[in-house]
Amino acid sequence: MPLPMRTLDRGEWVVLQVAGEIDMASAPQLRQRVVALVSDGVRALVLDLSNIGFCDSTGLGVIVAAVKRLRTNDGDLRVVTNDERLLALFEITRLDQVFAVFPDIDAASATAPAAYPGESGR
Amino acid sequence: MTDWAVELEIPAEPEYLSMVRAVVSAAAGLDPRLKDSRIEDLRLAVSEATTNAIESHVNMGSSERVTIRCDLREDQVEVEVTDHGEGFDHGDLIPHPPVTDPKRLEYERGLGLSLIRILADEHEIVSDSEGTSVRLVVYTAPTSRP
Repeated sequence: MPLPMRTLDRGEWVVLQVAGEIDMASAPQLRQRVVALVSDGVRALVLDLSNIGFCDSTGLGVIVAAVKRLRTNDGDLRVVTNDERLLALFEITRLDQVFAVFPDIDAASATAPAAYPGESGR
Repeated sequence: MTDWAVELEIPAEPEYLSMVRAVVSAAAGLDPRLKDSRIEDLRLAVSEATTNAIESHVNMGSSERVTIRCDLREDQVEVEVTDHGEGFDHGDLIPHPPVTDPKRLEYERGLGLSLIRILADEHEIVSDSEGTSVRLVVYTAPTSRP
């Protein structure tokens, strides 16, 4: 099943909107899309998960990998969701301390991306 | 609530995960005492256990099927996920670095079992060289909690 994804520009940020369910079956598609965006030069990425119906630990792993990919390229990744379930998942895994989570795209793209020079993986 | 069960046998392919989640959620939803949030807990825990089972078969190149059995009992919903993979040792699991450590980003995996522990009211993992069985329990009423 294709994972519905689309990108849109919001100032200096590129927003990747993802819908559907992120699990072992669909996660590779998200991973490849992030890799392609970074290869195309994107360094400020908002991952909009507002329309995600399900995300498991495989999905969380891909988000962590995306954060790492952006930061090792001196970029920044922010996550958007207002879903209580997903927010709780970020909280219990403490991933809400690994990346910044915003309630909507406007809030996520309101400020300039942080640079992460010398981040892990170098 | 009368005891009632549904059993699935699926090929060890990730494409079947969404079906497993849908069936278990629908079965658990038959018990009106179970809140939606608890059904969501079970849905995620079952998905984690089934993902591990599928991955275990894929790693071995096994064509055997993974079994998921869901039992609705008097005071709990019980799901057992059984695979015929190579098994694993809990002691081999490497803890993640603290979230404040940049090295945390090196770890994409390993959250599945942690989530199972947190989401299920009871869990039991039996694993040997013949395979792994993960039993997950969610209580249907707060009074059934010990």
